[in-house]
Amino acid sequence: MSITAARESKSSRVRTAPRRQRLVVTEPGWMRLLLIGVAVSVVGLLLVVPLAAVFYKAFSLGTGVYWRAISDRETIAAVALTVKTAAIAVPASTLFGLCAAWALGKFQFSGKSLLTTLIDLPFSVSPVIAGLIFVLLLGKNSWLGGQLEAAGIKVIFATPGIVLATMFVVAPLVARELIPLMQSQGNDEEEAALVLGASGWQTFWRVTLPNIKWGLLYGVILCNARAMGEFGAVAVVSGRIRGQTNTLPLHVECLYGGSPESVVGAFAVASLLALLGLVTLAAKRLLEWKAGQTAV
Amino acid sequence: MPRLLKRQSVLPGFGLTVGFTLSYLSLLVLLPLAMLVLSAVRCEPAELLATLLSRRTLAAFRLTLTVSAIAAATNAVLGMVVAWVLVRYQFPGKRLLDALVDLPFALPTAVSGISLAWVYGPQGWIGRHLEALGVQVVRAPLGIGVALVFIGLPFVVRTLQPAIEELDPEIEEAAASLGAGRLQTFLRVLLPMLLPSLLTGAALAFARGLGEYGSVVFIAGNIPGQTEIVPLLLVSAIEDSRADGSYDYQAAAVIATAALLVSFVCLLAINLLQHFARRNQ
Repeated sequence: MSITAARESKSSRVRTAPRRQRLVVTEPGWMRLLLIGVAVSVVGLLLVVPLAAVFYKAFSLGTGVYWRAISDRETIAAVALTVKTAAIAVPASTLFGLCAAWALGKFQFSGKSLLTTLIDLPFSVSPVIAGLIFVLLLGKNSWLGGQLEAAGIKVIFATPGIVLATMFVVAPLVARELIPLMQSQGNDEEEAALVLGASGWQTFWRVTLPNIKWGLLYGVILCNARAMGEFGAVAVVSGRIRGQTNTLPLHVECLYGGSPESVVGAFAVASLLALLGLVTLAAKRLLEWKAGQTAV
Repeated sequence: MPRLLKRQSVLPGFGLTVGFTLSYLSLLVLLPLAMLVLSAVRCEPAELLATLLSRRTLAAFRLTLTVSAIAAATNAVLGMVVAWVLVRYQFPGKRLLDALVDLPFALPTAVSGISLAWVYGPQGWIGRHLEALGVQVVRAPLGIGVALVFIGLPFVVRTLQPAIEELDPEIEEAAASLGAGRLQTFLRVLLPMLLPSLLTGAALAFARGLGEYGSVVFIAGNIPGQTEIVPLLLVSAIEDSRADGSYDYQAAAVIATAALLVSFVCLLAINLLQHFARRNQ
């Protein structure tokens, strides 16, 4: 076949091809294979291998050691503290996220972009600094910390400090999920509800909430995962007292510094947190799919 | 008061929600951050300078900025390939690959930290082979880089994906019909269009790298002056002031304030850069 004929057959294929991707605007086959290979190896070597390693190391001394590590009294105490922290931090951030999204998503006002920047601020603060600011504000040598100590309330090296530092770190998560969602949905449906005589609360519960439920649920799940997994900020405020102020990630760190069997225990406890991460990933996919379905 | 600021809307709840948002942010974010700056400013000027200009602090800042920048640049390249493949090609396992990109967001940093330290360590799956080649990752700046590439990749991929989806195929067709090769089209037509998103993604990865602690602490080895990044230096400054019983955290406050300033300056510079990249289009 001559070059012109080949070109012609190519262009006629282009005209009849139903797909948007046309032959002239894609890479040659070998290049595509190469790029796919690179992408798969990047994700595989860089991201999947460390995940697989957690489970491999966790079970490397058999299931007996694994069970002993995760049913240990200190591990259970760490689980309890982690759940308790999330049980306070997640609802608080959810309420904050809903308020921020209502104000920023439904209204136009001056200073709006400044407020958006402020909400994002915790993202650009290192977790270690997030812990430090609460130590400075509420620690032994501060004015406020002194007052609290006189009243018999211990914040730093205790649960309240852990909760506060976690709340700081996860504050933007639900808000970030909801603000664009509420903005994209506009005010028409809410205005219609109000015109038809619904009260403000009725409008929120029966019009707004059903529209944002999947995004909200994802925000809450993400927030929960981050609250339970937060390490740097919590490490600075907790004082890492075993069995008392150790959350799960801190317990992982404690075990990791010990004997070879203790290191395996660290991976066993880490595998619990890794499972939480995997559930979060799966939930994200499921909720995106659900949101796509309701939108259609 | 809110009435004056707000443009008309029939929806209720503006005062309540704005009020709650502002109070929550003020108490939880602004007040503690202000306390930090205050503690740093209260420090004696001579002591402040001694802390900031000590060899250890300067080395930590230099290392953090360099490694974060290199990791962000690496992520820009790798993230571009991954995002391109995920948007443009069809292949088995594509949806799984897409889902796995979020792994670093979903895994707690302490978990990725100990895991990376083992995988790239002398006994680990990858470290074993690198060791044989004479490459040391753990307890070396390279290890910090590996951790930051791990943590930053999703930022680049997730920012680029929608931008690649939005590219108009007619532009590529025009380039091709005017005789441009595929590589030429990519470098001279597509890449400039994707540049703002690429910069945003790399900037997010860079900013995250500046403050990252959990995934770095285990792999870095924390040797002062060599593999000690700023968050690790901060933790050791905090522990120092606990160990000597003073609990004043002066040095930590000074370093933390400087670190915050550095991140804000970087973010500002990157925002400006993006602004110009968008305007030149």
